[in-house]
Amino acid sequence: MKPLLEVSGISKRFGPTIALDKVSLSAQAGRVLALIGENGAGKSTLLKTLSGAHRADAGTMSLGGQPFRPSSPIDARDRGVAIVYQELTLAPDLSVEDNVMLGRAGTGAGTLMRSNQRAAVSEALHRVGLMHLSPKARTGDQSVATQQLIEVARALISDAKIILFDEPTSSLPAADVDRLFEIIDNLRSRGLAIIYISHFLEEVRRVADDYAVLRDGNSVGSGQLASITDDQIISLMVGRDVDDLFPHVPHEIGDVRLEVEDLGAAPMPKDVSLSLRRGEIFGVAGLVGAGRTELLRCLYALEPTYAGHVRLDGRRLPHNVRGRRKAGFGLLSEDRKSEGLAQNLSIVENLAMGNHDRYSRAGWINLNARLRDAREWIKKVEIKAQDPVQPVAELSGGNQQKVAIARLLAQDAEIYLLDEPTKGIDVGTKAEIYRMMGELAAAGKTVVFVSSYLPELLAVCDRVGVMTRGRLAESRDASEWDEEELMVAALAAVEER
Amino acid sequence: MTENQTRRGKFHWLTSFRHGPTLALLAIIALFAILDWQFGSGRFFSPRNARVIVNSAALIAVPALGMTMIIIAGGIDLSAGTALTLSGTALAIAFRDYTIPADQAGAATWIAAALALGLAVGVLCGLLNGLIISLTEMVPFIVTLGTMTIFLGLGQVIADESTVYPESEHLPDWLRYLCYTGSNSDHYWIDFLHIPASALIAIVLGLLVAALMHFTVFGRNVVAIGSNVSTARLCGIRVGLTTAAVYALAGVFVAVGALLYFANVKNGNPSDGTGKELEIIAAVVLGGGSLSGGRGSVLGTIIGALIIKTISSGCTMLSIPNTYTHIIIGVIIIIAVLIDGLRNGAPKWLFDRLR
Repeated sequence: MKPLLEVSGISKRFGPTIALDKVSLSAQAGRVLALIGENGAGKSTLLKTLSGAHRADAGTMSLGGQPFRPSSPIDARDRGVAIVYQELTLAPDLSVEDNVMLGRAGTGAGTLMRSNQRAAVSEALHRVGLMHLSPKARTGDQSVATQQLIEVARALISDAKIILFDEPTSSLPAADVDRLFEIIDNLRSRGLAIIYISHFLEEVRRVADDYAVLRDGNSVGSGQLASITDDQIISLMVGRDVDDLFPHVPHEIGDVRLEVEDLGAAPMPKDVSLSLRRGEIFGVAGLVGAGRTELLRCLYALEPTYAGHVRLDGRRLPHNVRGRRKAGFGLLSEDRKSEGLAQNLSIVENLAMGNHDRYSRAGWINLNARLRDAREWIKKVEIKAQDPVQPVAELSGGNQQKVAIARLLAQDAEIYLLDEPTKGIDVGTKAEIYRMMGELAAAGKTVVFVSSYLPELLAVCDRVGVMTRGRLAESRDASEWDEEELMVAALAAVEER
Repeated sequence: MTENQTRRGKFHWLTSFRHGPTLALLAIIALFAILDWQFGSGRFFSPRNARVIVNSAALIAVPALGMTMIIIAGGIDLSAGTALTLSGTALAIAFRDYTIPADQAGAATWIAAALALGLAVGVLCGLLNGLIISLTEMVPFIVTLGTMTIFLGLGQVIADESTVYPESEHLPDWLRYLCYTGSNSDHYWIDFLHIPASALIAIVLGLLVAALMHFTVFGRNVVAIGSNVSTARLCGIRVGLTTAAVYALAGVFVAVGALLYFANVKNGNPSDGTGKELEIIAAVVLGGGSLSGGRGSVLGTIIGALIIKTISSGCTMLSIPNTYTHIIIGVIIIIAVLIDGLRNGAPKWLFDRLR
């Protein structure tokens, strides 16, 4: 069968960087193609070239046998290529129908033809399973999952022949992922071609038929998913055999260090009691919104609590961030873009933030010592940067995360609260982070590890607890859990209601 | 090694202001010198006029130093103008009613008390702003919009809604000649260099603030708060306390500005302040300050004040009416900020076409 979309030899440079180097791929109608690659492999550039936001420097594309050279995203959409972006691009204050029609409302002299629209909108909403949603509802009031589906509806209404999904599950709660997959299956059976970008192999296996792997702007492999193993895909992505995805550092578990008693805050967590030992890695599983982030933030005293105590080595701690930091608490924020790092400041500034006491006397900073220290950290955690005074915004996601982690390590904490430390970073860096956690535990520190990615929790942690609706429902040794049981436990209390 | 390395080298703190404002200042001076030489009185490019410009720029630059810190911290102070005249009015009243003639015994104590009063008023105004902003977490724009009219009203109340004229002999000589720009060498602090005392004060304070921002934990915490307040909070920086301190410290500069202003006009008019805050903010913005916080340059601010005053002086020399001067300054501010934005790639549509 002739492919619907054929891309051959596409190249794109930005100044000295080659983002795409003779990339080729083909997507069939009625099949789902998974586009796989690490961060920075060129997935987004390829996506933007397909959508007309970038123009390729070389190479050809064809759509349904016709040459395809979109001049703009609107042109691409008119030709039948629609994109569902990773970050939501809906206007929160507009109604659902206005968002679905956004950008194509002009049907005559700039007026809105409401009645014509409405039929089309409700048809599109129906197809994504949002038949019960009022088209007049305010978009910002809908859940993230619903908004994602509204984006899909927007793609459908443009009579798309091919829909590109850019890591659609990264902002979705686990339970809604299934619904999205059903809709993708549905679209496939209607004869659309789907390109699904992700680096979660489990998802790819569930939803896709074919795969294409990008690495450093090159196509390094493609074919049918059924004929390749996960390990093979990973080595294609990374470019070498990753012998150890989850490196294990032996560590010994000691006495109880941190005791949490009936910790409560509004609206979450609720009555969380917990005791953690020296040299222990404690994993926290649960759905997004189950109160895991809130628990860490309450432990770090970033959020007010109304009940409970936190004791370290038997000593009760005051409820403020400085007090907690002094006692040895360190928090890695889940959101490195808007909280974890000050994006416009340099690596040095970010590393030193809150750690200035080390290089200062009577409030005056020794700038040389600060710079020297920053250089050491850049070397130690292998941050790829031109210069310590480079703004962190210029670094890749994985390197930004390393800056945030280096700051935490520089703080020399005793209790490490890590909120989704591996979110949005590549396989190689993930393995480094797991090793670092193991080394911290081996040095007698205590690590609390919140993650939505169950395989890493089970592989890295000594003990795993599950949070549901703000409560810490159950904790067991990691060896006594499997993924299915964790999922059941995470969903259990939800179904009780 | 590389160009980068020298730019970010040892004197980083001194040179971190972009060269853009300096070049703009030189261009403006050259432009007015030529225009004035061709069409005007030929007095623009003279030592005497330079002193006048430098003095009037110092009057803006000093309160603008405090504003620079506030803007770097991600805030804004619309009350700076009226707080300045409130402090100046308090000073004028103290010199009118309570200070004995400067040549009599015990005058020094009274003068010190009067100065302390002016300083206290400035700091209290700043502290009030800072406390409201950090305790209520309201937007600084709104809070200082409110305190702006409060300070205006307070000034009018204490001055009975009229200008306060203290008697000349109540003022000590040094105060009278703080803003002196004439030709008598005796009235300058440095004999051979006739730089007005006000300008010397502005330069010294500017160096102090630049050092404070670059070399102290407090200064870096202010930058951190202005860049990303959530990150600052995550890193255990006391955001509320630091914010309040920044506003209170800015109050010190407002008070010093008020002293210079009083020395310049030798009276206290409580209604003079409205509009001054915009000139102060404009100096910061021209110097590279970003109203979204985290970015600003102390020395740039001083250059910004010089740019504004050079333009208005040049326009006066060319007999351009005051109203047109306002228009010219406005246009220059917008163009300057646009050029500054282009260095960072914004707006994209224009940047892409120019590249």
